[in-house]
Amino acid sequence: MSTRRIALTVNGTRHEAEAPVRQHLGDFLRGTLGLTGTHLGCEHGVCGACTVLLDGRAIRACLVLAVQAEDRAVTTVEGLAPSPEALHPLQAAFCANHGLQCGFCTPGMLTTLEEFLRDCPDPTEEEVRVAISGNLCRCTGYDSIVAATMEAARAMREAAA
Amino acid sequence: MKPPPFHYHAPRTEAEALALLAELAPEEGRILAGGQSLVPAMALRVARPSHLIDINGLPGLDRLEVGDGQLRVGPLVRHAMIRRESVPGPLGALLDKVRGHIAHLPIRTRGTVCGSLANADPASEWCLVAATLGGAMLARSMRGDRMIAAEDFFQGFMTTALEPDELLAGLHLPVLPEGTRWGFHEFSRRAGDYAQAASLAVLEMRAGTIAAARIGIGAVEDRPRRLPEAEALLTNRAPTADLLRQAAAEARATLLPTDDDPTRPALAETVIRRALADAAGIELP
Ligand SMILES: Cc1cc2nc3c(=O)[nH]c(=O)nc-3n(C[C@H](O)[C@H](O)[C@H](O)COP(=O)(O)OP(=O)(O)OC[C@H]3O[C@@H](n4cnc5c(N)ncnc54)[C@H](O)[C@@H]3O)c2cc1C
Ligand code: FES
Ligand code: FES
Repeated sequence: MSTRRIALTVNGTRHEAEAPVRQHLGDFLRGTLGLTGTHLGCEHGVCGACTVLLDGRAIRACLVLAVQAEDRAVTTVEGLAPSPEALHPLQAAFCANHGLQCGFCTPGMLTTLEEFLRDCPDPTEEEVRVAISGNLCRCTGYDSIVAATMEAARAMREAAA
Repeated sequence: MKPPPFHYHAPRTEAEALALLAELAPEEGRILAGGQSLVPAMALRVARPSHLIDINGLPGLDRLEVGDGQLRVGPLVRHAMIRRESVPGPLGALLDKVRGHIAHLPIRTRGTVCGSLANADPASEWCLVAATLGGAMLARSMRGDRMIAAEDFFQGFMTTALEPDELLAGLHLPVLPEGTRWGFHEFSRRAGDYAQAASLAVLEMRAGTIAAARIGIGAVEDRPRRLPEAEALLTNRAPTADLLRQAAAEARATLLPTDDDPTRPALAETVIRRALADAAGIELP
């Protein structure tokens, strides 16, 4: 089976590794780089658990081949927090508002919402619901995720002011 | 849920991509654009291309240009790049609204307009737009370029007039004159899902009457198409609530849904009526 050697930046660190051409970015991040924070649910684009940022934009890691990430910058849930001691405001708000139960959907929720709040720092609850419409959560019923996002948006606006 | 093995090619120029496509098309070689339909189809093993020709590294294919009354959408223009600011007049507002109905943000970041057309899902919003507005597709191969009108391009369920060695090199849409009125409605079970029924209506008004009407329906038959009977009913009439209701009912009677979902005809009539009402600026439930 054909493989290629690829170089890419993940959470600020340069990596070089061999990737089978049919391997998607999600399996590469988890299996080859050991970054198991990115979760894989459906592997056909529907559940949103695998969402990561590619050059700052949210994408499905199950629908991008690892070889397509050559020379690009990936941010996974492991790369969201500003330091090992501090949480990203979204992570802190998810914690405080019970925005997660089993946590399976959480990496995809956080990466999707990180991009969303950059584009839309003062959203309505309705806009938050639409933004996460491609992320399935079987536990929370979404209300706590929406509440956490509204709180994180508030905190991020105050920090920027 | 992993794609079956394939060979991967990442050409650096369009000429190289066309040469690879010509060589590999007979062996099930396929273009990989945004991968938002092809990769899931491969993961589900309903598509098994032996070669993928990835066009994402090709320079200059992400152009969105306006000239000679046409909007030209290149093969690497992603759904997310279609914005009101980037297209003038009513067409910009129309495309901006339609974009919001396609999938979810992370899929719009990757998926392409031309990929949607080449994929030709009967429920695709861009296919409906191309069919309703009378778009044309630029097909390119080593053999040369040709333009294919939308009514000839869509040939059935996920089937187009593209030959296996042809790259869809662009979508051309007519820029709509100022004052053109339009409405778009779709019904889907959740935000971002493929539509159960979708309709686009475009009205050219002159002195309070409808001078020309284009009404399209998607997700009901095996391909999107215009509804000539309903269009004829509206032409040279003043839009009233009753007339629009009558046109939607007329349209419903001409539809041949591909499945026997009993709700489909009613959903179709409803989205057509709502698209027309929005276009005409009339409140209609
Ligand atoms: C969860 C989910 C929800 C979705 N919801 C919607 C929706 O509501 N509405 C909608 O319209 N779509 C939806 N899609 C599909 C999405 O819009 C795709 O982006 C689109 O259908 C295909 O574009 P692509 O660039 O990703 O093409 P690809 O997946 O790369 O290719 C699709 C097909 O077209 C061919 N192809 C692509 N580009 C070219 C070209 N330039 N020339 C020749 N052949 C080409 C490929 O060989 C392949 O056969 C959804 C997808 C997912 C995963
Ligand atoms: S695993 Fe990628 S969307 Fe479900
Ligand atoms: S917390 Fe369990 S799926 Fe969302």
